[in-house]
Parts: sequence; structure tokens; C-alpha cells
Amino acid sequence: MRDAGDEMFDYARDAVEGALAAGASYADARVVLRREQRIGAQDGEVETVRYAENVGVGVRALVGSSWGFASTSELTDVAAGRAGNEATATAKASALVAGSGLQLADVTVAQDHYETPHQEDPFEVPLDAKVDVVVGATRTMSQVEGVAVATAQLMFWDTDKWFVSSQGHRIHQHLVESGCGMDATAIGEQETQRRSYPQSFGHVGTGGYEIVRGFDLPGNAQRVAEEAVQLLSADPCPSGELDVILGSSQLALQIHESVGHAIELDRILGWEAAFAGTSFLELEQLGRLRYGSELMNITADATIPGALATFGYDDEGTPAQAVDIVRDGVWVGVLSGRDSAHLAGLPPGGMVRADGFNRLPMVRMTNVGLQPGDSSMDEIVAETRHGVIMDTNRSWSIDDRRLNFQFGCEMGWEVVDGERTRMVKNPTYTGITPQFWASMDMLAGGDEWFPWGVPNCGKGQPMQVGHTGHPAAPARFRNVRVGVKG
Amino acid sequence: MISEDTRQELDPNDTSRLLELADRVVELVKQEDAQLEGDVEANVRVSRTRHGLTRFANSFVHQNVGEDTVTVAITVAVDGRTTSVSTTDVVEESLARLVAEAVTSAQLQPVDPYWPGATPPAGSGEPGNLDPATAGATPDARAQLVKDFVDAGPELRAAGFVDTELEQEAFASTAGHRVAGATSRATIDGIHQTERSAGSAHATSVSLGELDASAAGRLAADRARRSQDFVDIAPGTYEVVLGPEAVATVLTFLAVYGFNAKSHLEGGSFAELGEQQFDPAITILADPTDPRRIGLPFDAEGTPRGRFALVEDGVTRQLAHDRRTAGRADARSTGNAIPGGEGIGPVPTDVRMPPGSSAPQEMIGRVKRGLLVTEFHYVRILDPKSTVATGLTRNGTFLIEDGEVNGAVGNLRFTQGFVEALGDGAVLAVGDDDRYADGEFGAGMVICPSLHLAGWNFTGGAQG
Repeated sequence: MRDAGDEMFDYARDAVEGALAAGASYADARVVLRREQRIGAQDGEVETVRYAENVGVGVRALVGSSWGFASTSELTDVAAGRAGNEATATAKASALVAGSGLQLADVTVAQDHYETPHQEDPFEVPLDAKVDVVVGATRTMSQVEGVAVATAQLMFWDTDKWFVSSQGHRIHQHLVESGCGMDATAIGEQETQRRSYPQSFGHVGTGGYEIVRGFDLPGNAQRVAEEAVQLLSADPCPSGELDVILGSSQLALQIHESVGHAIELDRILGWEAAFAGTSFLELEQLGRLRYGSELMNITADATIPGALATFGYDDEGTPAQAVDIVRDGVWVGVLSGRDSAHLAGLPPGGMVRADGFNRLPMVRMTNVGLQPGDSSMDEIVAETRHGVIMDTNRSWSIDDRRLNFQFGCEMGWEVVDGERTRMVKNPTYTGITPQFWASMDMLAGGDEWFPWGVPNCGKGQPMQVGHTGHPAAPARFRNVRVGVKG
Repeated sequence: MISEDTRQELDPNDTSRLLELADRVVELVKQEDAQLEGDVEANVRVSRTRHGLTRFANSFVHQNVGEDTVTVAITVAVDGRTTSVSTTDVVEESLARLVAEAVTSAQLQPVDPYWPGATPPAGSGEPGNLDPATAGATPDARAQLVKDFVDAGPELRAAGFVDTELEQEAFASTAGHRVAGATSRATIDGIHQTERSAGSAHATSVSLGELDASAAGRLAADRARRSQDFVDIAPGTYEVVLGPEAVATVLTFLAVYGFNAKSHLEGGSFAELGEQQFDPAITILADPTDPRRIGLPFDAEGTPRGRFALVEDGVTRQLAHDRRTAGRADARSTGNAIPGGEGIGPVPTDVRMPPGSSAPQEMIGRVKRGLLVTEFHYVRILDPKSTVATGLTRNGTFLIEDGEVNGAVGNLRFTQGFVEALGDGAVLAVGDDDRYADGEFGAGMVICPSLHLAGWNFTGGAQG
């Protein structure tokens, strides 16, 4: 007996056949049904209850040196076939400005099903219960004297993908993602101070509502609000060259910006040069370039349970896998897809994904994270003569080759002679990627390691928003330029 | 089936089918209303996006994409309890299910304190500018422009995109407001690269036919070649001439963080109405009447967009409002609601800085020692209230000495308060070269000229 999934596979197949009939050398198609729910509250009042349902088919056709891509939100066999035809016609138009032909690295042709392990379907949790969480948390925060604005959000995605390729792939995936976050803003005469929890923009992981329950927004609301107010009267972060101790969520973003994007093979090959930029890395340096200290071991692992970029197959049908990126401080791996990997002579990493049915799959980070060390935050502080602990990202900026970065955090604490002392506000630090990572000399262990999720990674034209994961633990970096002022 | 009618090949100017679909969804809401004791209201938007984008890198086309998506977005209120839903599935039975679910969901909510009610009849606003040829542009037409751009620098590596877009939208509400419009946009955005440098050029118009890809390619190639032998300079405060792209980024930050009425109501905006917060040379408008303008006639709440001054001769005059903030502030909506704007608040659109009288070369000629900045990259806010931000220069940064461009410098990081940079006495000249300038947040958003500013705080070189 056929089910709805068979029908979706049929539309994908119709799209692939449409592309091949028009002359594509290879084609694949995804029918994607993505449901998204966001619930937001501000100052004890519900602000947003938003539900979005996007469904359609996107088809990719390879002709010569170019991918053609077409999509339609109309799910009929005729529309799917027409989209396939259009994808090929679009790719053929590229011949006017053609390059060398693209080829695809070989992968196992899979027919399979994958589902995110989860305990509690977030879409089955009663809506009023979810509203109560954010309304309650923001009410608690807004009752703290000095808090001007308190917001909280829950966010959930439920995505079905039916993938078919001209090489015989037939893969269905059901991915479930859940997340939450809240923040309190205190406003002074000429400044605003913000504290958020569990990190800026919230944390999202693969899994069900159990993720939200685990972070206990209402139970942390009072503390978060009080910290925001305290920041207004805190001393400014000292300036100069100091040791910096990064909390794990800030280190996650540091990894994202100064490692994750730099190791994207499409950037290294120049495919993103005009918009996102390129990379300071050159392929001939692979296996030789020192990226950081020997404590630095980075893996791109799409199989970590609960991490945001965990799945069964990427959007080219390549199995999820763990790839070494930096080993003992030396750069050894990249993020790749079938076309870029073939061009570089590397095995494909299964790292190509798209933001919905109407976007072309492209190289995206999976869970690019730092393997834990053997120290702890307490030991790091005890070993530090003069430094600043910085936690929770507030701002981020990095150049188009991923070399020069400047980050700001919500909160800092000065460390003097092995003791955490005064709170400091507006902590910022700046550096150059390989020099900064080379200065990492202490790294906390597994107990403090957490796979933070970043749900808002922008890349590509048209813009795509990616979901990436970044496991990290607190770490110390020596002699970093701190407290950059305007 | 609604979908078959809606998706047929359309006259780009014909939004009647989208309006019919919006009307139909309003009817579905009213059917729900008839079954309930409470008062059910709704705002309905139906949009169709037909977008084609041809992307090139290493001087050849590597990605070439097309999209045709119809989206229905509905905000439902039951006795002031709101919920929002959207879908790309426009089959009647799917829409009926979604409307029923939205009404059920809304009933479970607390009362939305800022729900202003469904939009009442409010007129239609400035018509959108639309070029039918651009709306129907083919991948072949875009590829030709790519070729023109690439051919302008045969020894260089080119990268960028050419895209064309048709945006149609219809709005209907249970309060009886009905409006529809359409607009088109075409952009070429590209760089040429040497081994050590890059130079960029941008052009955006309602009409693909008005884009001169060869000229853009020549400009980008010239900037790249002139940047090839750049030198790094010491950080510090420099007099600057900012090109239109750099100015557009500054204006975007001021708009999002400062002229946003929700930020202002919450105390997070710098804006003080009636105060001289900028140099008298600065005027910033929300101006849908400009003949070059790209955009729909109305906002996400169906409110017509009108022309108003955010800043006039340096005095902050007006904030951007949607109906939610207008209700809170006892003001009128300025037609600046954005989709999902309950959280972000209203954002000015059609931002335009009127031109001054100085040609860019004249501004450069007045600089003793300073920098010419083509564009900024990866600018992020450090403090929203003071609009202090950090970012980098990109794609052409040049040293000016004794009134002449004297070679290129390496990219620099800055940390700068944007209000301060445009403050009283800080603006030395406003350029006469206003045009659509593509700041880093997208094309077709800001029309502005170059600016000559007394100081900009650079904190370091991009290379360390």
C-alpha cells in the first residue's frame, strides 16, 4: 500500500526525470515539508505565536560547469517535471560563461530512512503550556528593578525530506529540532546591557521538547535579569594584552567564525568570494599548516547525539560522518560536497545542505567542534595571573578571509592572581585566527563540554540560513588584545 | 483548486488572482467567525516571488537558480488573542485547515496587548515600479550581463551575481481593506580580484535593461588593479570619504536600531525627536515617491507607504511606525510594518539620503590626509543605543593625500559610533552621486550619495 511518502518520492522522481529529459548529466531533487513554530513573549505578555509550513520541490541539474536549480511550491507531477526542465535550461544558460566541467565524487548510493531521536514531539506539547514558559520567564525578569525589556522565545522545526537522485538515491529523513532562549535588557543613560540564557539567540539542538525542559528558563530568569542590571554599574573591561578565558558558548561562536567558515571548501575554492568571502587557507597547506596549539583538535561530526547539525544524510545523499579538521594543532580537513571534493581530490564529507526546498544545497558546517581537554574552568582561573573571563556573545565581526576578528561578550569577570574578582562590562577581544588559536594553552574537559547550536548562520545568494553545531568547553588564550574601544 | 489558477503564467502587473486568493482566505476566516461566539479578525497577505539569480566565481557561472513561490500569511485574532501562520500550500482544503488551526491556536493565547485590530480600509499608496521585461527575464539574459562584467577584466578573477526578481503581493483584511501591488528589481553585484586585492561595483534598478554590466566590470577591475600594491597603514582616526555602499550600511544601522519606534518605546533608541542630533547637512527620508524606487506600495499590515523625513537638516523628525507601535505611541502608522515585526518592530523602508552638491572627486580634493572607503564588510552593532559598531573595509580602500588618491591601503577594522560620525560639525560634504547603493544587507534598500566625514576610528589592520 502506498503512503504519503511514496507520493513525495514520486514528485522528486518526476523532477529528476524532467531534468534528465532536458539534457542534464546528473540531477537530484528534494521534496521538503518543513513546519516551524516560534513562540515569543515580552515583559510577561505573549508577543508572537507563529507557525509556518513550507512545502515544495527543489531540483538540481548539472550541465557542464554549472548547477542549474529550480523550485516550485506547487506539488503536482506536472509542476515537478517542469521544475526539472527549468533547472536544466537554467544550467545550460551558464554555457555563455563556462568553466571546466564539474564532476561528482563517488558516494554510496543509499535507499534509507533516518529520524532524529527524540522523546517528546514539540508540536504535540500543548500550546498554552509553551506560552506559559515564556510568559512566566519574562514576567519574572521584568519584575527585577532596572530591567527595561525582557524577552523569551521557544522555537521548533519538524522537517521531512524525500531525496531522489539520478544515480539511484532514495532517502527519507525526518528531522526534529527544538530550542529556547531568553534575555533581559537594562538601559542606562547612554548604554544598554543585555544578559541572555542559555546563550545569545538561544540554544537549539536536534531532539524534542526535552531540550526546552532541560534548560529551565523560569528557574534562571531571576539571575539573568539581575546580572543585566548589575552590568550597568560594572566597571569597564580593562584594556591591554591579557589572558582571555572564554566560556563554552562564546568559544562555540569563535570556532564557528574563525574555523568553521575558513574550512569550507567552497570558500577556499573561491566560489563565495564576492559575498561571504574566501579563506586564508590554501589547499596546498592541508596537512602542514599549523592552525593552533597542540591542544587544538577540531572535528566536523554530523553524528553527535543532540547536536544541531546531526542528521542521517546531507542534501546530496552522502552519509553523515565525522571528519578530522584540525589534529594536534595542524590543519588536516575541510567541509566539502561531492563537486568541491572531487575538484580538490578529497573524499566527500557529507556537508552539503539547503535552507528549505527553494534553495540550492551548498557546503554548510555540520557540528564543527573542539574536542575536550583535561582541565576545568576552576583550574584555568586558578592558573591565571591576570585575565578576563568572557561569556555569552554580544557582537561578532570577522574579515572576509576569516583572519581578523573582533568579538564582544555580554559579561566578563576580571581574574587576578588566580581569583575571579570584579564583574566587568562591554568585554571585547580581537585577534588574528592562527595566532589566537596558537595561544590556547588550557582547555576544559568533558564535564564542561557542550554541543552548542547556532541556528542563524547566513551564507549564499540567495541568502540561506543554516543550522550548525559547535561543541566546546572553556579554554584559555594567552596575551590577547582586550578591551578595544571606539 | 486555488493553486492552479494562482500559479498560471501571469501578466506581472496582474495581481487579481492573488487578491482573489486573499479574499478567499478572508472568507474562510469569516466562516470560522460565524461558528464562534468571539470576534474573529484577520489580516491576510498573499505573495508571489519569482526570482532568478545567476552566480559566478573564478570568472565562470557556477550556480544558476530560479524560484517561484506563493506564500499565504495570515494573522488571526480572536477577541484580541493573536496567532500568525503561513504556508506555501495554497490548495483550498489546506488553507481551510490552516485557518481553523490558527483560530484554535489564537483562542488559547492571552490577549495580545498591542493588537491594533484588522487593518481598516486605508487606500493604496504609491504604486510599485515594475518593468515587465525584468519580471520575465531569462537565465540567458542574466548570463549575458555576467559575460559583460567578466570580460571587463580578462586577466582578473571575477565573482558576483546578476539577479532579477518579480514580487507581487495582495492584502485583504476582515475589516474590509484590500490592496495589491507589484515591483521588479535587477541587480549586478560583483568583484574583480588580483592575487592580492579585490575591487567591487554594484548597480540596482527596477529594470534589467538599465544595468550596464560592462561599466560595472570596468569599475570593479579598476579598483582591483589599483589595490594590487596596497600598503598597511597605522590605525587611528582618519578623515574619510565613504562611497555610497559604505554610507548605505551606516543608514541601515540607523534605521534598524534608531528610527524603529519599538526600540524607541523601549528606551533602546538614540532618537530624540526635534533634537539636532546630526550635522545640518544630513537629511534622511523614507521616500517611496522617488522615481527610481523599488518596492511594494504598502507594508505587511497593508498600510500604504508614504514619504516622510526621519532626519531633516540634522534634526531627528520622525520614527517609523507600524500599527502596533502607533497604537502604543498615539501616533499613525507610517507603513513600515515588516513580516514578523512583532518582535523586531517597524523598520524604515525606501530610505533615501538626498544628494548634496559635491562631486566625489571634489570631496577627495579637499582631503589633506584621509581614506577613501568603497564599502564595509561584516558590520555588527556593539551598542544599539549609541549605534557603536565594528566592521571592516573591503573591495577598495585608498589613501588620500593632498587632495589626491595616492595608492591603496590594506583593509582596516573600525569601531565607530554612527550617530557620532554624522554629528553636528562632522559632515564636511554630501556627494552628488546618489543612487541605489547595496550595503552588506542587500540590494534595493537604500538610495544615498558619498559622504565626506571629519573622522572615522580605525582600530587595526585586517591582517593583524
